[in-house]
Amino acid sequence: MTITEDAPAAHVGSRRLRKEDPALLTGEARFIDDLALPGAIWVGVVRSTEAHANIVGIDGSAALEIDGVNEVLSGADLAPLWGEGALPCAWPVTPDMKNPTHLPVATTTAKYVGDAVAVVLADSRYAAADGAAAVVVDYEPLPAVVEIEDAVADGAPLVHPDLESNECYTWGLWGDNAAAVDAAFAEAAHVVSERYLQQRLIPAPMEPRGCAAVPSPAGGELTLYSATQIPHILKVMTAVVLGIPENKLRVVAPSVGGGFGCKLNVYAEEILCSALAMQRGAPVRWTEGRSEGALSTIQGRGQVQHIELAADADGKVQAVRVKLLADMGAYLQLVTPGVPLLGGFLYHGCYDIPNYMFECTSVFTNRTPTDAYRGAGRPEATYAVERAMDSLAVSVGVSPEEIRARNFIGADAFPYESAAGLVFDSGDYQAVLDKAVALAGLSERRADQASRVAAGSSKRLGIGFSSYVEMCGLAPSRVLASLDYGAGGWEAATVRISPTCKVQVVTGSTPHGQGHETCWSMIVADQLGVDPDDVEVLHSDTAVSPTGLDTYGSRSLAVGGTAVYMATEKVIDKARAIAAHQLEASEEDLEFSGGTFRVRGTPEAEVPLAGIAFAAFTAHDLPDGMEPNLEAHVTYDPPNFTFPNGTHIAVVEVDTDTGNVDLVDYVAVDDCGVQINPLVVEGQVHGGILQGAAQALYEDAVYNSDGQLVSTNLADYLVPSAAEAPRFRLDSHATPSPTNPMGVKGVGEAGTIAAAPAVINAVVDALRDLGVTDVDMPASPQTVWKAIADAQGGAS
Amino acid sequence: MIPAAFDYEVAESADHAIALLAQHGDDAKLLAGGHSLIPMMRYRLATPSVLVDVGRLDDLRYIRTGNGTVSIGALTRHSELEHSAEMAEACPMLASVAALVGDPAVRHRGTLGGTLAHSDPASDLPAAVLALGGTIVAQGPGGSREIAATDFFTGYFESVLAADEMITEVRVPAGGGGWNYQKFNRRAQDWAIVGVAVAGGGAGVSLVNMGSTPIRASGVEAAVAGGASAAEAAAVAADGLEPPDDLNADAEYRSHLARVLTERALNAAGVA
Repeated sequence: MTITEDAPAAHVGSRRLRKEDPALLTGEARFIDDLALPGAIWVGVVRSTEAHANIVGIDGSAALEIDGVNEVLSGADLAPLWGEGALPCAWPVTPDMKNPTHLPVATTTAKYVGDAVAVVLADSRYAAADGAAAVVVDYEPLPAVVEIEDAVADGAPLVHPDLESNECYTWGLWGDNAAAVDAAFAEAAHVVSERYLQQRLIPAPMEPRGCAAVPSPAGGELTLYSATQIPHILKVMTAVVLGIPENKLRVVAPSVGGGFGCKLNVYAEEILCSALAMQRGAPVRWTEGRSEGALSTIQGRGQVQHIELAADADGKVQAVRVKLLADMGAYLQLVTPGVPLLGGFLYHGCYDIPNYMFECTSVFTNRTPTDAYRGAGRPEATYAVERAMDSLAVSVGVSPEEIRARNFIGADAFPYESAAGLVFDSGDYQAVLDKAVALAGLSERRADQASRVAAGSSKRLGIGFSSYVEMCGLAPSRVLASLDYGAGGWEAATVRISPTCKVQVVTGSTPHGQGHETCWSMIVADQLGVDPDDVEVLHSDTAVSPTGLDTYGSRSLAVGGTAVYMATEKVIDKARAIAAHQLEASEEDLEFSGGTFRVRGTPEAEVPLAGIAFAAFTAHDLPDGMEPNLEAHVTYDPPNFTFPNGTHIAVVEVDTDTGNVDLVDYVAVDDCGVQINPLVVEGQVHGGILQGAAQALYEDAVYNSDGQLVSTNLADYLVPSAAEAPRFRLDSHATPSPTNPMGVKGVGEAGTIAAAPAVINAVVDALRDLGVTDVDMPASPQTVWKAIADAQGGAS
Repeated sequence: MIPAAFDYEVAESADHAIALLAQHGDDAKLLAGGHSLIPMMRYRLATPSVLVDVGRLDDLRYIRTGNGTVSIGALTRHSELEHSAEMAEACPMLASVAALVGDPAVRHRGTLGGTLAHSDPASDLPAAVLALGGTIVAQGPGGSREIAATDFFTGYFESVLAADEMITEVRVPAGGGGWNYQKFNRRAQDWAIVGVAVAGGGAGVSLVNMGSTPIRASGVEAAVAGGASAAEAAAVAADGLEPPDDLNADAEYRSHLARVLTERALNAAGVA
């Protein structure tokens, strides 16, 4: 055999088609509602139609007349199932944070429209739905608080009357820097002061939620199937809430059709079905309806932002001061209070701003609880700072790209310690922006824009910038401890090589559409010199993957993928020892590439990995004291976050006669570090951008003054389709992260974080000469038309 | 999202469908393409106890031209109108409007008779038939009758159709001057926030989603007939109307849109 050159990384970096897709595209994948569970009890949840009301009575007699409806249970009937156990909040951000007891089914008072107040048990999903619709609840309405700022007004009705106010907590980041911030504002040549609204959003993944609890009464075990992002966390929490011993509990996430954060939670229905299944000794299941989900699944965003920038005469920002009001909804779900904090470190954006002050007051309202939604705090922060930077550019009299250039953290400043206390890993923000400017054809666009204004055209062009940096790879466990988060941020992986040299990867990450199986296979295949199709990736079942912390916060690759990489290295190390033993060479003299160990300088002395795998299995001739089999387990706790960044440029055409906004071009240059599979990266960026543009232009969870959600279906809640997607033009500029061995950063949330401010900045840019300085999200045609009319001095 | 229980009957012919309607009374509804009715049933906004499925009556799927008229079978799908060469020749407006309804899945199931019978003021094709001066043929126990589109729509989701009648055919004039359809919406798949149909070079003008029915803009038609410019005629498009308020548009904005879109449609239809 001839010596080959070291094999290049054959798969990482290639546009390999996803191995998940054949099963998804042919309908072979099995989702929660596909589970066949003969004899299951179907749960129908009766939900409050009032935003705030005492529950005076529950009459189930009409429901019980329906064929197939067997029981109607009130919150009081169910209370013994969970005793003192309440739905968990894992992030007590301050010692004095208010966390009102959140029962799976309310007993005395309904706190929001959609709050569970009773349950119907039936033979089928149809009977459960009919039964739930037939239950008559007698409500005594109470005053409701709907809007965020109303919650902190004097004399506001109390969401929780046993608390003194609607304030949940106040959390800040200023340390001993407050005086310096004030001084910067006192000395500033330019001060920008803006108020922005982050409307509530409904996550709306393609698959709604659902769960099924299946008991094994003889042994006292329970298997909980759930459309969840977090089977591992759900297992611990269910055990704690219901007192089921962890060794008797298994949680399985089958194929899960998206989550965007809304399935990063422990929900009432999961606890309810588990408790009932244990009590009844029969499977108990529930599948969410789309309109039901609009009320009963967490919503995203919901903030009122006040941001101020103090800049010197050149537009160099010296201080940023942020005061936030954040809407928790009626109760705290799993990480509800922590979401504003995740943005709280990033209100300086990708700029070198020496003085920083952030304060968030979070409030209860009589609305569905909020929680993490794609980006979780970081889209809000990026929106505020990127909108404010455009205002500063106008004040200083320079272009948006120039104000950014004057303030970027320099490429030579990394590792960069931010005023908010983070250490940024790597980046070249100016190079990224320059690439985006070139790709967008900025000067031609600006010329077109100017000629339309000169001609008095009703089709105005707007160009909007958004430069962002985000913290991903959640997270170093010690950092999470300092933020009072209730868990660590590590991830686990096991890698095994079978006797026939096939590879089994067990990951603690929990895919729900991202493509983990494909990407983990590519990483491992390159390391081991095997084909990606020879790698199986097991996940999402605590009986198969007992250790893990799941998928959220763009953490899978940077933390979970790194764990897989490191476990594979450990397997290679063991294989190397066996190879050295077989070749009678020292380990230091061996090289490993293309799946073969060779003795350097002695090319005929080689042994393939397959031979070592079989030798490790037979264990006939292993080094003294070595355990059989090729297998390694790693739990990786990252030393730092990763900091993906980028610049996005949106181009819009605004019809000033109708207010219609057409997203005509969209350029994104992202630095997500090393890319494992550019096809997967682009898919994430495409979807992320459209989800961010959706907040800018389409989506709005509209509540009326009575606290009724008005946009409860997909005709009224405008999730954009492919037909509304802009032309995506993408490029990248990788600066490998020094934090992990592969240099990866994460890309799951980048598009969503960047897109909303780019689009709104473009809309405002299109209309600035008409006097428009701000447009609320979503910039619907009516909203834009009225903004123009207001700026022109009254409606036409 | 779970409909209430219902019974289901398959009609073998139009006569059979009408007999089933007579047999089951007011609780029965005809099911054609189902893309309006079934969503309403899933939200329990409609709870018919019997569905009479006419979707298999293929003898009512046709497009025929002759004597200056296009005759369209009631079960003709929107996608068939959209892609018919005969329709493109004889009445390109209807083909063009059909291509704007919903999304491809809706257009492959939805039927012309169904959308007229549903009488949704926000739907595209009813307004187009109205602007074209179409005629709707309805069959009942006593035989068939012809109803002018201008007399057909009576209110939100209401028409002059009796509970035991079904639409069998729709007729529109072939050819006939400049036309245009302006559909304003936020997503491609949505209903029009406001729509304007202009046919016959401005002789027929109708409005979508500006009231409880598709509305014939007679003031605009009269202005055009009287020699007004497109801008002058469009200025009266919303006069006297009470358009709905919803999440997309309040009445003031809808009226503004009606004027803007009417001017655009008249211009595109050749009215100077």
